[in-house]
Amino acid sequence: MQRIGVFVCWCGSNIAGTVDVQAVSDALKNEPGVVFSTNYQYMCSQAGQNMIKDAIAEYKLTGIVICSCSPRMHEATFRKTAESAGINPYMVEIANIREQCSWVHKDKETGTEKAIILGRTAIAKVNLNAPLTAGETPVTKRALVIGGGIAGIQTALDIADAGFQVDIVEKKPTIGGKMTQLDKTFPTLDCAACILTPKMVDVAQNENIRIFSYSEVKEVKGFVGNFDVKITKHARYVKEDVCTGCGLCTEKCPMKKVPNEHNLGMDTRSAIYIPFAQAVPKVATIDPDYCNMLKNGKCGLCSKICAAGAIDYTQKDEEIEEKYGAIVVATGYNPISLDKFDEFAYNQSKDVVTSLELERLMNAAGPTGGTLLRPSDGKHPHTIVMVQCVGSRCSAGARKGKEYCSKICCMYTAKHAMLIRDKYPDTEVYVFYIDVRTPGKNFDEFYRRAVEEYGVHYIKGMVGKVSPEGDILKVQGSDLITNEQIHIDADMVVLAAAIEPDKSARPLATMLTASMDTNDFFTEAHPKLRPVESPTAGVYLSGACQGPKDIPETVAQAGAAASKVIGLLCKDSLKNNPCIAHSDEMMCNGCSCCEKVCAYGAITYVDKEFRMPDRTTQIRRVSQVNPAVCQGCGACTVACPSGAMNLYGFANEQIIAEVDAICR
Amino acid sequence: MQVEGYRPLIVAFCCNWCSYAGADLAGNNRLSYPADVKIIRVPCSCRVNPMFILRAFQRGADGVILCGCHPGDCHYTTGNFYTRRRMALLFSMLDYLGIERERTRVEWVSAAEGAKFAATMNDFARKVAELGENKRLEDLRCKQ
Amino acid sequence: MSLKNNENLRDEVLRMSGVNPRKCMRCGKCSATCPSYDEMEYHPHQFVYMVETGDIGPLMNSQSLYKCLSCFACVDRCPREVEPAKLVEALRLAAERRQGGDHMTPGMITELWNEDLPQQAVVSAMRKYKK
Repeated sequence: MQRIGVFVCWCGSNIAGTVDVQAVSDALKNEPGVVFSTNYQYMCSQAGQNMIKDAIAEYKLTGIVICSCSPRMHEATFRKTAESAGINPYMVEIANIREQCSWVHKDKETGTEKAIILGRTAIAKVNLNAPLTAGETPVTKRALVIGGGIAGIQTALDIADAGFQVDIVEKKPTIGGKMTQLDKTFPTLDCAACILTPKMVDVAQNENIRIFSYSEVKEVKGFVGNFDVKITKHARYVKEDVCTGCGLCTEKCPMKKVPNEHNLGMDTRSAIYIPFAQAVPKVATIDPDYCNMLKNGKCGLCSKICAAGAIDYTQKDEEIEEKYGAIVVATGYNPISLDKFDEFAYNQSKDVVTSLELERLMNAAGPTGGTLLRPSDGKHPHTIVMVQCVGSRCSAGARKGKEYCSKICCMYTAKHAMLIRDKYPDTEVYVFYIDVRTPGKNFDEFYRRAVEEYGVHYIKGMVGKVSPEGDILKVQGSDLITNEQIHIDADMVVLAAAIEPDKSARPLATMLTASMDTNDFFTEAHPKLRPVESPTAGVYLSGACQGPKDIPETVAQAGAAASKVIGLLCKDSLKNNPCIAHSDEMMCNGCSCCEKVCAYGAITYVDKEFRMPDRTTQIRRVSQVNPAVCQGCGACTVACPSGAMNLYGFANEQIIAEVDAICR
Repeated sequence: MQVEGYRPLIVAFCCNWCSYAGADLAGNNRLSYPADVKIIRVPCSCRVNPMFILRAFQRGADGVILCGCHPGDCHYTTGNFYTRRRMALLFSMLDYLGIERERTRVEWVSAAEGAKFAATMNDFARKVAELGENKRLEDLRCKQ
Repeated sequence: MSLKNNENLRDEVLRMSGVNPRKCMRCGKCSATCPSYDEMEYHPHQFVYMVETGDIGPLMNSQSLYKCLSCFACVDRCPREVEPAKLVEALRLAAERRQGGDHMTPGMITELWNEDLPQQAVVSAMRKYKK
C-alpha cells in the first residue's frame, strides 16, 4: 500500500476563489492510501515545496498528489521536488483543479465537488504508480549526411568542425549538387563556383569527413544514437585512391557522344569522365552504359594510357556497413519534368529552355563557354521571353504541376534578366509574372533594379502558347494591366520550372521512418519550433528536401541541423522517456499486431526460450519494445489482443482506476 | 427519463498534446462548461482502449467523449487514425447494444482551440443531459 | 434589366457550370491562350472575375458570349482548374433561357460577320442557339 500525501494549492484566489480548498483537503484525507492531506497558498513556491519535502520525510510518503494547476505547468517542478526529497519523480500525480475546474466553473459548490473527484482520481492513479527510471542508451559519435549538395556540405563541415566524424553519401560521382551548375547567385551576383568550390575542397581535406561519392543508402536500421546503415558504393571502374584526376583518359576515350548531365544534355562528354574541373573527389568514373570495354569487351584504351594504373574493369558494387548516432537528410531538389506543359513547346524547340539550362548557357564552364547563344543555331538571341510559375501554384486536381510556390524562381528570373541585359544591352527581356514574390534581405531592391536600372519588361500576365515558326518562337500571352493579348516574336523562351524533391527522397523516408508531406517534402517535427528536426528522433533535415529554399536559407538550415546533431553527439548517452510500452512476455502470443501499429518501428519480435511448468523448455516468438525508440503513444497497448502490452505511467490498470474513481 | 436536479456524469479522455492543452486553454480564457465533464489525461487518443469506455458505461457514466489532435496533426504521427477507426467500430457496437450514439463522441481539438473545447463540452453535456441517465450497461454490483 | 449583384443568377450560373471562380489566382493564362481574344469585349479572365464579384449584367448583354469558340484551351491550360469556358457556356445558356425562342437568327450573321472572325464561331453559335 502506498503512503500518499495530498497537497491542495490555493493558487492565491485562482483556485481558492471557486473551490473550498479546506473541504477538498479534508475530503481527500479519507481516500485509500492517503496518510497526510493539507492545503497551502502557493504550492509551487519555495515554502510550498519545502512543505512537501518535510511531509515526505515526516510521514514517510511514497506517493504525492498535488491538486493545483495543469501538469503542463508545474509537473516538472513537483517531480524535481519529490526527487530531491528522495522519492521517485514518477510517483507524483497532479490533479488539475485550476484550468479544468476553478477557472471554468463559477459555482463554488460544484467546483469543490469536482475538485474532490479530480483529487480522488489522481489518488486512485498514484496508488498504482510504480517508480520509473529513465533508461539510457549510448550514442555513436558519428553522423551521416545523405546528399552532398550545399546543404550536405555545410552540415558536414559544421559537424566536423565540432570534432565529430561525418560521412557524406552522394549518389553522383562528385559532391557539390545543384549549386555547381549555377552561374551567379542572387541578390549579390557573386559567382556560385567561387563560393562553393573552396567549401568542396574543405570537405575533401577535412580529416573528420569521409566522402562516399557514387554511393547510395541501401538500408537503415536502429534508432537515435544507434543507427546501423548499409551504403552501396557503386562500381566506378576506377580505383578512387589511385586515380590522380589528370583527365588524360577522358581526352583519349573514343566514345565521346554521351549526353553530359552536368550541362543538362546540351553538350556531350566521354564514356570515362570527370563531371567538371573542380569535382570532389577528382577521380574519373566510367559510365557502364556507354563504355565499349564494359559493354562488349572491345577497347581498354583508358587502362592502357593511365599512368597510375587506376582503371579496373572488374570492379563490383561494394557494400559498406557503418554505425551512426545521427542522420541528416540533405537530398535536395530537381526541376520538374515539363512533358505535361506542351503549350510552352519545351519538347518541340531547343530554344525553349528551363532556367537551370539557361544557367549552364551563361556559365563560363558551360556548353557555350559563357556566351549566351541559342541552342538550336548558336545565334545571339535578341528577344527573350521568361515565363514564371511554370508548374508552380497549380491546383491539386490539375494533374500537372505542384500546388506550392517554388520560392526561388522570382529571384533567379530577375537575376537572369538582369545579367542578360547587363551583358547584352541589345537584347530585350520580357518577364511574364503572376506575382513577383521577393521576401528576403535585399530581394525586392534587387528586383526593382532589374526593372528600373536594367529595363527588364515585366508583364503582369501569363503565357498561353509558344509556337515555333521557322527560327522564331511566337509567344502569345496576356497583359492583365492593359487588358490585351500580346504577341511577341522571341528568339528564346526561358521557363521557370517548379522544383520538386529528389526522387530518392521517398524510399529514403521509408527507410528512416521519417514522415513526408503529399509533395514528398520531409516534414519537420514542429513547423515553427523544430524546423530542422524530423519527427523521428535522430533524423535531421537540411536544405530543399524539407521545402523550397534558396542558398542562404539552405546554409542557415544546414548550420542549424548541424548544431542539433552536435548537441546530440556531445552526449555520451541518451535519457529515454520512461513512460513507454512494455510487453508481458508470458502473455504475448506473437501475433505482430503491435508491431504493425507502431509508427516508430520500436517493436521487434524475438524467439525466446521459456521454461514451462513441466520443466520442459519451449521457444516462443514474443514482442520486445526498444525503450530508446518507443515514444509512449500507447497505440500498441490497444492493438494487443492478449493484453500483454502495457504502458508505464499510463497503465491499463491506472486508467481504469481513474475511470472508476470518476464514476464512483 | 429526466429526473429533477439530474446531472449527467461525463468522462472525457484528452490526449496530452492537443486536447488536454486545449482544455487548459479553455481554462485560461475562462470559458465555462459544465462541471459534469471530468477529464482523464492520456498520452495520445490512441491510448484509449475501448475497454476503458465500456468500463465507464459499466460504472454508470452517462456519456464518454474522446478528444485528440486533428487527423494529420497527431504528435505520434498516426495515433489518431487508429482512434478514428477503433471508435467507429466501438460506437456502432454500442449502438447495437442500445447505447445512444449521442452518448459517445470523438472530437478533434487542437491546443489552440480552447473555445472549441468549451463549445464541444457544452454541446455534448447538453445532449447527454437530454438523454438522461444511462442504465443500459450499468453494473449495479459496482455501486458502493 | 439590371443584373448587377444578381445573386440568383450568379448561383444559377455557378450551379450550371460547376465552376468555382474563387479558385482563380488571376494569372491570366486563360486570356493568354484564347484564340478569339481580340473578338471579345470581355475576356476569359474577366468572365471569371466578374461572375465572382456578381457583375453579371454586362456579360449577359455582351456579344462576347457568342465569340467563345468553346475550344476549351483555357480549361486545359488553367493551372487552377477554374475552367472559364464552362462559365461562358453557362452564361450563354442563361442568356438564352431568358431570351426565349430563337436566340440567333440567320439574319444576325451578316451583322456579326467580319473577315477576322473564325467561321467556326458562327457555325458553333448557330448550332447551339438556334432552337
